[in-house]
Parts: sequence; C-alpha cells; structure tokens
Amino acid sequence: MSRSSNWRMTAIAAGAVALMAGNAAAQDKELVFGLQCDRTGATQTVGVFLCPGYHDYISLVNSKGGIEGYKIRVLEIDHEYKVPPAMEAHERFKKEGAVLEGLYGTPQTAALTKKLEEDKILGTSPGFGTAAASDGKRYPYVFPIAASYWSQGAAAVAFAKKELGGNLKGKKIAYLFYDNPAGKEPLVILEDLAKSEGFDLRTFAVPAPGVEMAAQVLDITGRYRPDFVITHLFGRSPSVSIRELKSKGYPLSKVVSFVWGASEADIKAAGGYEVANGYHTIQFAGVGLDFQVIKDINAMYQAQGKPAPTAQEVSVFYNRGVMIAAIHTEAARAAIKAKGGTKPTSEDIKKGMESIKGFTLGGMVPPMEITELDHEGGGWVQVWTVKDGKLVKNGHWFQAYRDVINKHLAATN
Amino acid sequence: MLHRESGVFKTSYAADMALYPLPIARWTVAAIVLLFTVVLPLSLHEYYLSVINLALIAVVGALGLNILVGYTGQISVGHAAFMSVGAYTAANLAVHLHLPFWVTLPAGGLMAALIGAIVGIPSLRIKGLYLAIATLAAQLIIEWVINHTPAISGGAQASIEVPRPTLLGYQIKTQGQLYYFLLFFAALATLATLNLVRSRIGRAFVAIRDQDIAAEIIGINIFRYKLLSFAISSFYAGVCGVLYTYYFGIANYEAFQIGVSIDYLAMIIIGGFGSVLGSIFGAVFVTMLPIAIRWIMEPLAGLFFGSGELSSIVASTRLVLFGCLIIFFLVVEPEGLNRLWRNVRNYFRTWPFSY
Repeated sequence: MSRSSNWRMTAIAAGAVALMAGNAAAQDKELVFGLQCDRTGATQTVGVFLCPGYHDYISLVNSKGGIEGYKIRVLEIDHEYKVPPAMEAHERFKKEGAVLEGLYGTPQTAALTKKLEEDKILGTSPGFGTAAASDGKRYPYVFPIAASYWSQGAAAVAFAKKELGGNLKGKKIAYLFYDNPAGKEPLVILEDLAKSEGFDLRTFAVPAPGVEMAAQVLDITGRYRPDFVITHLFGRSPSVSIRELKSKGYPLSKVVSFVWGASEADIKAAGGYEVANGYHTIQFAGVGLDFQVIKDINAMYQAQGKPAPTAQEVSVFYNRGVMIAAIHTEAARAAIKAKGGTKPTSEDIKKGMESIKGFTLGGMVPPMEITELDHEGGGWVQVWTVKDGKLVKNGHWFQAYRDVINKHLAATN
Repeated sequence: MLHRESGVFKTSYAADMALYPLPIARWTVAAIVLLFTVVLPLSLHEYYLSVINLALIAVVGALGLNILVGYTGQISVGHAAFMSVGAYTAANLAVHLHLPFWVTLPAGGLMAALIGAIVGIPSLRIKGLYLAIATLAAQLIIEWVINHTPAISGGAQASIEVPRPTLLGYQIKTQGQLYYFLLFFAALATLATLNLVRSRIGRAFVAIRDQDIAAEIIGINIFRYKLLSFAISSFYAGVCGVLYTYYFGIANYEAFQIGVSIDYLAMIIIGGFGSVLGSIFGAVFVTMLPIAIRWIMEPLAGLFFGSGELSSIVASTRLVLFGCLIIFFLVVEPEGLNRLWRNVRNYFRTWPFSY
C-alpha cells in the first residue's frame, strides 16, 4: 500500500469517527427505535419487504411532526439471521438509548429474551418466538403483538370448521409443516383440538430446506385424503406446497396456510394467482394497498417527487412492517401522553404498549388488546383467499379457542 | 511479538521449548494481559465489550476447529453440532440438577468430546472431501436428534432457558462481568492449545496431517490420535457451545446450524491453518469486521441517503465489502492472517538494516 493511500484511509476513518460523534449528540426531542432485520441472510425474502414498511411508516409520522413533538430515529441493524450479531445489535441499540426494539427471527428472539429483561428494554416479536411469550408475567419485556403459532393453529382449525359446514366430527385434517421447532410448536394445540372437536389429525413433516415434499403431498392426497389441509411452512417451501398440492389435484380451497406461507411472493413463485386460486392464508396484518395509511405514505413520496416504494409489491410483508411501526408509535404516544409530554423511558413505553386497545389503523391492524398479562393482544387473525388474481379478504378479524390457548399457557408455567 | 533476538543461544532442550524464549517476550505478554484484564474493561463502553465477548466465544470454537482441521488435517463441517451437544448438556444439567457452571462447562465439553470421538470413527477409513461429507451427516443427524427428542431439547421450541452463572454468590450478567467470565475461558483455551501443539500429542497430530502413512510407520497410533483429535476439537466446541448458552441465557440448536460450522471454517481459513494466533485472528476477523465495516459505513452512507434507504444500502454493501476483504487478504497471503502477521514481523526484525 502506498503512503498516500494510507493517508487517505486515515482521513476517511477520522471523518467517520467525527461524524459518529456528531450523531451521538442526541437531541432532546428525539426517540430512538431499534429495528433488527434480515436483508441479506436466510430470510431476506421477508426482510427486504417488511423493513422498508417499518421505515416508511416512521418517515410518515416524522413528516407529520413526529409523536407529540418527538421525532423518531430508527436505527436498523441487519443481523443476516445469525444469532451472535443480534446480541451486538441489542447492545448497540442500548448504547444509542433506544426505548424499544423490533426483534427479527425466532432464534434471535430466544437469544435476547433474557437480556431484554435484564436491561429492561422491551422488544416486539410479531410472528417470531415462542407462543409462551404472550404470557406477560413470565416474559415481561417480550411482546409478540401478533397471533402466535398456537393462536394461528387454533384459528386454522376454526376456519376449517367453518369451511366444512360447522362440524369437524369424523373429519380428517392433515398438518403439513416445516420440521423445525417453530413448525412443531402448534402441534399441542392441534392435538388437543382434534380430541375436543373429534377430528382425525395426521402430521406430515417436511425436512429442511423444505423444497422437496412430493412424497409427503402424495401421501396426503393419495393415501390419507383429508377434508382439509393446514400448512405451516417457511421460505421457499410454501410455493412448493401450493404447486405440489395443485399438481396432485387437491383443491386449494381446502388448504389454509400459516402466516409465513401467505405472501404474494409465495403465490407468484408457485406459478401465479391462476395456479393458487382458492388458497387460504392466515394474516396478522391487513393485505393489499387499499388502506389510508398506504395512500398517505405514497402521497408523502409523491410530495418528495419520488415513486411509491417498490417494497409494496409484496404488501403482505410490507404491511406487517407498517403495522409493527404503527404499534411501536402508538405505544410511544401513549407513554408520552401518560407522562405529560416528558421524554419516556423504556419502562414507560412498556406501560404504553400494555395499554394498546382499539387501535386499528383503518383495518390494517386487528382489534387487539394488549394488557400486562397478555402481550399477544388476543391472537387475532384474518383469512385472505386467492381469488380472481389477488388476495381477497375472507371474513372479519377473529380469534379462536382462547380457552384452549390459555389453558396451555397456564400449563407452561 | 516485536522484538530482536540477536545473541540468543539456546543451550538446553528446555530453553528451546520455552514458550517465551526472551525476557522481552515475557514483558509483551504481561502487557497484553494487563491490556485485556484492566485497561480494556475499564476504558471501553459496555457495547464494545459485548462485541469483544462474541469474539472471545468464537476464539474458543476456532481454536478447537483448528486443532482438528489445521493441525491434524481432518476436515469437519460438523463443528456447530458439537457446540449444540455441549450447549444442551450444560443446559439440562444446570436446569434439572441445578449444577453450577464449573461443573456444567466441563461436562458439556466432555459430552461433546464423546460424541465427537464417535463421529470421528469414519476418519479412520476416509479422508478429505469424503470425511467432510461424513461430518456433514453428523451435523444433520445431531440437529435432527435434538429437534425430535424432547428429553434433550426441553419443551417449547427446542430451547432451554438457563440461569445466569454465579460465582461466589454473585451473578455474572452484565457485559462487563461476562467479559471476565469469557476472557478467562478464552485465555485458558489459548494456553491449553499452545501447550498441546508442542506436546507429544500435538506433534503426532502434525505428523498425521503431513503424511498419515509415514506417521504410522514411525510408530504413531493413527487410530488413537485421530479419535483423540476429534475428541479434543469437539471438547473445545462443546465448551464454546456452553459459553454461548450462558452468554445468551438459552440453549437453542437453531443457533448452531450448518451455517455456523461454515463460519468457523472460514475463521480458520482466513486466520491460517495450524496456528493458534491464526485462530484468534480469524475469530476476531469474522466476528468483528462486519461490525466495524458498519461503523464506518453508516456515517459515510448517511451523507448521501435517507434513513430508510440507508439500512438497505449498508446491509448489502457491508456484505460485498466483507467478501472483498476476505478475498483481498487471502490473495495477499493465502496462508492466512497469521502468516501475514509473521511476514510483517519478519520485515521489522532486521529493519532498518535488512542487509
């Protein structure tokens, strides 16, 4: 390396340090939100759509003057779906004074659960982490703020019951799942419901990476011949399941998928809306761009002379990002109001989060009620069905078999 | 270390084998010890300690893998699976039998060593890429067994929450306290490896790596030493897994999947095969460089982009830069960072009178 380039490197490094120091001088009227994301790792197909939704909503809030006069600064860290960098991200958020954190990924949520509690910073884990985390007593600083896999399992059974004419007695339901801890988690609920509702349940595990399931699907369609199929798959595998079930002649109108097999991207990868016609998906946030908040975001971009963000192509994930940001914002708003306008601590925001009720964002967010004990907010979901080239709302927000879920939550203590 | 050694004559075998042949080397080591035990923890913010903590855990794992791959020449892509064996052993002992960390930690290591020795049996018949595939199978089998055996993996989502380690009644839980906890084991692992590789066992490993038939002819029991190498390497991996478990407060096998095995292989390739210092360099490089790149990228990219775009650009560019740096260092010195460091050191050895 020549001497001049050495000097240049030093100058760049010094400049970087100076800029960082400038950033560190925190403003009084600023709240820092930490956001963990995966834009480059195993689940990047979700992250590249979800995280822009988060940023766009926060920009929208900032462009309207922030929350009660406080501007929000989002600090995003990409952890590539690896576990150690998630700890680094948490410590970085803590150093920058973040009042809350958006967690990303199930192993990462598990790894940070203890640290969040010790540092008294709340983290939200919608669609990630264990179902037991909805118990606010046991996990005071983790907020799933969306239907857990247990709630999704119960909802899937309730939906199947509705579709099969209101009675599951003697019916056969197949559960096709990704063979990892998250895939196996709803089994206890499904088995319990199979007993109480009187249906026959058979499970079909798909090993990682989940792109080969011809044998399982043949077993389902050729041998077991169920009345309904519940799928719980991740990554590339939902699209494979749609294609396989379709090619074996199984009606997709008798298939319902959990939240991570439910996006436009999965449907496109399966061969398009034509192929996936009739496929049901469980959602914990509204789908599509027909919401006032999305129009506001696009208007904000238009005012800056920019086109609408491309991440909106996959509205299922984009809207989830918007929803997470909106709930973070609401929690902060409630905290600031409760403190009469002074800057809230993470503890205040936790209280604010536990007071969220009746916040629907024009139908995009379910009518959840987060309390000190229930950090899941009631486990609300909505079913959206592929119909005429798009995902169409199929009924209202609903929650199912809360007694069964609560019984199991109590049992894990 | 940076020192001259003119006029040094070794007159005994003991002097020749000494870890620190010169007094100045002893002083340098003392200074480094002082730096790590006093200066760094007192001067650095908790955040930087958390980054160092991650590197310290990685050092233990990388040292273990280097004993197997670098010193004995047996390829393994199942290192992360042995970590999960250690992690779950320690977690079960800590939760069900309420054992303290100074029991669970060696127990986790020993269980991993046992499993590692069993996995090493194919190495007696196969070498190279074939062995890599056999260890890959071990990785997947261990993952599957943990996922499907509730007796090992506990209840919800195959994870077991463990209490923080306690020492003399004090809980070790802040990053500063964990730093000393992890530093102790990383230092112990380094010291143990330094001594192992210059012992009879270490020399047998090197002989097997260089030419196993020749090693057998000169009287090295290949069967015993290959399995021993697997066992020792897995012991380190198991301890590394236990350290992760105590650091995060949870044992979860999803943190020890195949990608992690590849990361550890990358560490020792970048650091340098068959070198203790190389393992440390590699672990630090792979753990800290992506973070350091982000420190520099964030403010620089912040000059040109808004906060939403910034995240996407930093995440992608960081990956590209990290990849480029790996290629750069390996092109400059294919034998790794350890060799690069020795080249620099040798240059200054005679500087400025190099002739």
